[in-house]
Amino acid sequence: MVGSISISGVSKHFVNPTGERITALDNVSLDIPAGSFVSLIGPSGCGKSTLLRLISGLIPMDDGSLTLDGTPIKAPGADRGFMFQEHTLFPWLSIYDNIAFGLRARGIYKQEKNRVDEFIEMVGLKGFEHSYPHQLSGGMCQRASLARALVGKPKVLLLDEPLGALDAFTRMNMQDEILRIWKETGMTAIMVTHDVDEAVYLSDKVVVMTPRPGRITGTLDIKLARPRARSSEDFLHYRAEILRQLHYGGTIKEPNYYI
Amino acid sequence: MKHFVKSLPVLSILLALACDILLPDSAQHPAAEHPYFTWALLIGLAVYVIALLISLGNTKVRDKLSYSALFYAGAVLVLNILNLLTAKFAILPVLYFPSLDRVFGVLVDDSAFLATCLAYSARLLFFGWLGGAVVGVLTGIAIGFNKTFAYWVQPLVRVLGPIPSTAWIPLVLIAFPTAVSASAFLIALAVWFPTTVLTSSGIASIPNSYFEVSSTLGAGGFYRIAKVGIPAAMPHMFLGLFNGTCSSFITLVTAEMLGAKYGIGWYINWQKEMMAYANVYAGLIIIAVTFFILITLLFKFRDRVLAWQKGVIKW
Repeated sequence: MVGSISISGVSKHFVNPTGERITALDNVSLDIPAGSFVSLIGPSGCGKSTLLRLISGLIPMDDGSLTLDGTPIKAPGADRGFMFQEHTLFPWLSIYDNIAFGLRARGIYKQEKNRVDEFIEMVGLKGFEHSYPHQLSGGMCQRASLARALVGKPKVLLLDEPLGALDAFTRMNMQDEILRIWKETGMTAIMVTHDVDEAVYLSDKVVVMTPRPGRITGTLDIKLARPRARSSEDFLHYRAEILRQLHYGGTIKEPNYYI
Repeated sequence: MKHFVKSLPVLSILLALACDILLPDSAQHPAAEHPYFTWALLIGLAVYVIALLISLGNTKVRDKLSYSALFYAGAVLVLNILNLLTAKFAILPVLYFPSLDRVFGVLVDDSAFLATCLAYSARLLFFGWLGGAVVGVLTGIAIGFNKTFAYWVQPLVRVLGPIPSTAWIPLVLIAFPTAVSASAFLIALAVWFPTTVLTSSGIASIPNSYFEVSSTLGAGGFYRIAKVGIPAAMPHMFLGLFNGTCSSFITLVTAEMLGAKYGIGWYINWQKEMMAYANVYAGLIIIAVTFFILITLLFKFRDRVLAWQKGVIKW
């Protein structure tokens, strides 16, 4: 199995527009085994997206070490697919050309051509190859964007709130799609989300983060067989535990009066 | 009602013909060699009737006709009124407003000379425009992607760009060996500025996520510029080219004053000096038609290249 990520002692600082130095990530360590599905969850400002961008290589880290299968991560690469919250499809390319973009950029399109069709089929966009992004719905665009991230067969799929812009029902359907594709491809998936249900539904492991400074405060292995029932007792138990760790659990009080 | 609208151009042409034939010409206007306006009306009538016949079997032509019929009728009416104001009653000053017969006559009688002028102008415009457009797009791309280049060149663009290119005439005249190369340079300058500015601003306004996503897909620096930066900036680039084309037309007419032997702008100026206003109008008509065709071609080209834009951006 390939695609294990090792994060150790990673820190990242930003300087905000007023000149203040902000610690986005403070000494974060985490091991992500190959082939697992890990969610990073926490309120905004907890550094979860920063951590994901560090793994992708889009931004450099200040301190610590970050490796993929033992090799240090220095720059973005096709071995780590990235799916953004917005679909970020290129509006001037058809769906087919968008999905084929990475293969063409790496000069392997001719050999790997059939993979484009394979992934168009996998995300259920057959028949829409020649449409342009603005002609498709938000959910379909996210599917295309997922196919684009996957077509280069990355070892790791990085998902930055990929379903945040979708409505609740499209979102649940897409969660099933992502799960199915993750199983079929066997790659490592790391997802940033602020949706507790989504994290429990999809992940093997949920990493809870808190802001100022961004830190990992706990990890939780979700030991539930898939497919998971969103309203089963165990599911709700994990949900409550994550909310508790995020300090959103609330307290259950005795009601003041009974009817 | 629809049929009535479609017959309006015919009625309008018949009315114009009646006025033209039945009313006597004013003695103040020099007589034209031939009744060119009458002929033009007859040709117009014949073309329109043929179009009407085609529209019986062709829905595309039919839709186009029913949309434009009112406009054609109106246009003919304007010409008719112009004919009455000039040739028939000489209400407008005779020297500056020659009869339509004479204006159309120039187009026919002087056609060979006008064609030569047009060819010379076309050559000037082509090389000037092409040079300006190519250098403009390249400068814009370099400013957009290279910080060092932008640091040194952008101030230059800001300072030099807004100077009307015709203001360079004194300098250009001594800097260039021939009048033609000087004129072509002026036109190039007029195209260069808006193209550069809009290309670089187009690149600057590309969402960073496009570049991020392409680098996570394994695209290198050059590939990102060629396949992401340039296509994404294309709508702005076309806007710049369009503005540049318009100012190139303005510059062309002025540039042809620099010791040109032929040229449509030069022709108009020359005929104005000779007080031959019929020729001036004929030249204006040719310029208008040519520039209209060129702009239409540019838009057609844009629609083809930027087909993806439909429904995304409008301008």
